[in-house]
Amino acid sequence: MADDLEAKVKKYLRGEGANLEVLNDKKLKTQLAIREDLYGKSAKAAADVEKWLMPSEGGYLEAEGIEKTWNITQESIAREVDILSSKNQHDIILPDLGPYTLDFTSSGRYMAIAGRKGHLAVVDLKNMSLVKEIQVRETVRDVVFLHNELFYAAAQKKYPYIYNQDGTELHCLKEHGPVRKLQFLKNHFLLASINKIGHLHYQDVTAGQIVANFRTACRSDAMRVNPFNGVVSLGHSVGTVTMWKPTSSAPLVKMLCHHGPISALAFHSNGHLMATAGRDRKIKIWDLRKYDTLQTLPGHAISLDFSQKGLLAYGNGSSLRILRNNSDSQSYERYMSHSFLKGYQINKVLFRPYEDVLGIGHSMGWSSILAPGSGEPNFDSWVANPFETSKQRREKEVKSLLDKLPPDTIMLNPSKIGSFKPPRKKEKPTKDEREAEIEAAVTAVKSTEVKKKTKGRNKPSRRAKKRQESIAMAKRPFLEQQMEEYNSGQKRKISEEVQLPPSLQRFAKRKVV
Amino acid sequence: MRVKVISRSNDEFTRERSQDLQRVFRNFDPNLRPLGKAVEYVRALNAAKLDKIFARPFIGAMDGHLDAVSCMAKNPNYLKGIFSGSMDGDIRLWDIASKRTVCQFPGHQGAVRGLTASTDGRILVSCGTDCTVRLWTVPIPTLEEFYSPGKSSEPLAIYTRQNAFRAVDHQWDGEQFATGGAQVDLWNHNRSLPIKSFEWGTDTILSVKFNPGEPNILATSASDRSITIYDLRLSSPVKKVILMTKTNAIAWNPMEPMNLTAANEDTNCYSFDYRKLGEAKNVHKDHVSAVMDIDYSPTGREFVTGSYDRTVRIFPYNGGHSREIYHTKRMQRVFCVKFSCDAGYVISGSDDTNLRVWKAKASEQLGVVLPREKRKHEYDESLKNRYKHIPEVKRIVRHRHLPKLIFKAGRLRREMIEAAKKKDERRKAHSAPGKVVTKPLRLRRTVKEIE
Repeated sequence: MADDLEAKVKKYLRGEGANLEVLNDKKLKTQLAIREDLYGKSAKAAADVEKWLMPSEGGYLEAEGIEKTWNITQESIAREVDILSSKNQHDIILPDLGPYTLDFTSSGRYMAIAGRKGHLAVVDLKNMSLVKEIQVRETVRDVVFLHNELFYAAAQKKYPYIYNQDGTELHCLKEHGPVRKLQFLKNHFLLASINKIGHLHYQDVTAGQIVANFRTACRSDAMRVNPFNGVVSLGHSVGTVTMWKPTSSAPLVKMLCHHGPISALAFHSNGHLMATAGRDRKIKIWDLRKYDTLQTLPGHAISLDFSQKGLLAYGNGSSLRILRNNSDSQSYERYMSHSFLKGYQINKVLFRPYEDVLGIGHSMGWSSILAPGSGEPNFDSWVANPFETSKQRREKEVKSLLDKLPPDTIMLNPSKIGSFKPPRKKEKPTKDEREAEIEAAVTAVKSTEVKKKTKGRNKPSRRAKKRQESIAMAKRPFLEQQMEEYNSGQKRKISEEVQLPPSLQRFAKRKVV
Repeated sequence: MRVKVISRSNDEFTRERSQDLQRVFRNFDPNLRPLGKAVEYVRALNAAKLDKIFARPFIGAMDGHLDAVSCMAKNPNYLKGIFSGSMDGDIRLWDIASKRTVCQFPGHQGAVRGLTASTDGRILVSCGTDCTVRLWTVPIPTLEEFYSPGKSSEPLAIYTRQNAFRAVDHQWDGEQFATGGAQVDLWNHNRSLPIKSFEWGTDTILSVKFNPGEPNILATSASDRSITIYDLRLSSPVKKVILMTKTNAIAWNPMEPMNLTAANEDTNCYSFDYRKLGEAKNVHKDHVSAVMDIDYSPTGREFVTGSYDRTVRIFPYNGGHSREIYHTKRMQRVFCVKFSCDAGYVISGSDDTNLRVWKAKASEQLGVVLPREKRKHEYDESLKNRYKHIPEVKRIVRHRHLPKLIFKAGRLRREMIEAAKKKDERRKAHSAPGKVVTKPLRLRRTVKEIE
């Protein structure tokens, strides 16, 4: 019991305490020591109160005797479980409108579905009713909810569109181009998209400005946002996974994961684990702190997803598997499996938040199966409320807009916000960083619109010359900096180390590095 | 096989009747809230900005005096009222809420130099440069006064002496009051001559203040740049500290009665422990001209000062710099300040014949605050405190608009202090180690301590 309590306290402590030994200021040290003490006390109080505040335990599935959990079928589960859960197990057959993809709202109550042949619908899963369905008569490749169930974005043939809950088209996002995959960053209100050409766009959906627009080098089929830090990662056709943030034109991390194209990506909610699947018939689980493979599993996967409790689901062909993390061995093992009839090709698997349900979009429609132990049993009404009324939804929208994070708070380690940078001398940027900066400046210049002149002054040769000049102007400060450093390096004299007395310290020559 | 699936029934999670409150379920797990620290930082930034948007400290001015306001007194039994005396002998009792004069006490021929109310609030004692001490009865505040301003009353008693009086203060828990002028006199309400007189040196006593905790301890400041502590039981002065410049006003901390703060002519305020007067506990620096008056908040956690440089500043009791500055183009030299008895307002009396009422916390919401609003304010406060060291938040929290003269004067002072410091450091570097010793500022400004 004590270990249990300790684990809970650790969860609420949110990381290590501050190191107070390095401080010289006694007053500050005592103040911070008192604060650290308070944190410890509040974490302990939260751990104690947990058993009253959080009444429900999660779901579970345990096999008895020689039975194995992965042999248990959905029908046998349905027989053992109460009637209310039986509505969560269903198959909707819509064979004509193409493979379906789906998305859930953060509370798990509403689901947006998109069939490849243009069928868009929003379903209320609590009442099992259709809110609205429309047929856009164009290829739809992906669909994603925006901040609540009233708005969703669909990646259609030429551009992505944003629709209302009533099916009204609200916006046509022309800058994005023919989008392959869409993702929404909830805390930042940013819509990220990757298109066929390999351009990554970030657009702020509150005011509508394009925050960033990057040219990633190669095609990517998989895109996922890491919920822990808001970083978008792309899986490319050369087998690399790159991670991006809207404020830098070069990727934060570039890792070679597979020998073939990456087909699917998924992130665990704690931010450490990433699962990737490639065409080389391997599924790898990575530790993002060390960028090291934790586990390699054989198999194909067209779609991967982590649940709130850490279960991993992957689907391939007409069958899917759910893996569970064994606490003692820290590795993923088979937990459940499910297969459809031969004709059903699985397109997307997605766990439903706060419910023990796995939603599957396939070529003949969509299904939902029970996955005991996958959802978080205790929800927080102020984070995501499956029983939200419209008044609560409006309040939440306003509050979340006030708490909207600026795009430059996205970083690999989100706990760095509010901490102090260790003081260091001004370092020279590395060659890669410098090249990235030059590249960024040049793209910025190239993307600016030049005013077209009239009355015979708009000759193509003159326009081209002006363009070349502006690119050269953009590159100039970087080149000048380089020349300066080169010259100062030439001039540097090696002087011997003379220890000056303290009164003459201000006359000491500063070393040029 | 044993299996259980999450299933939530509508009844448990929604309200039964429409007049019930909505049900709220909480789970404090940090995993449900990614990017919590960034959200907190954004909230702290918004809290700092909102604080500045709502910062409107000036409430109103009470005008009626015909000459500069020279002194004020609080009535401990009547929060809404304040007494003020001006340089032409006019004493008024004001109702702060309606900003009107309730009662006038005419009589003094010259400037009124000191005002104080007795412990039960029924008698007002005033002293002035016409060498008189006058006692007045304070009218009981009833509804009538509201509709008939300009009432005046006759003095209870007038006591005349040979020299002008500069200050008066009443004992916190007794029947005696003390005046300062040529010497310190101790009076009783009914006697026309002082009971006792103290003298140490031949200089004028500029201000007199009784200790709130010990009714027999008295602190005075004189024009020989000293602060003297008297004990009435010993009937003699106890100890004296001589500073480099004269102290204009003293205030005792009502929550820590052993500490007193002196408002000095050299633009600083010095906090002392009266048992150990040789070393200042704290130096409060921020004014650019002589500090004229000082008063502590009833919480004992901060004090307000008014200075000759036309500003009013609020300092924390243990901090070196002010947390707030109030100024207006129309407010000229501030001669007296008082903190209201509910620690919510600051009243300043200045050269331009007005008394001004300010809020103690500039962005405070006046009136009844609902419990949810109060919780939100507390949350915003703690957010700002947690993130106040981050440059973006610090810039907003620290920002105050200063009048141009004060800004320039402050900058000049800083330059001068930096230059003197640099010179001192170089002197130290050029001399043998240990020869030149720099005393901290707390010690530097005292000349000597005498028993």
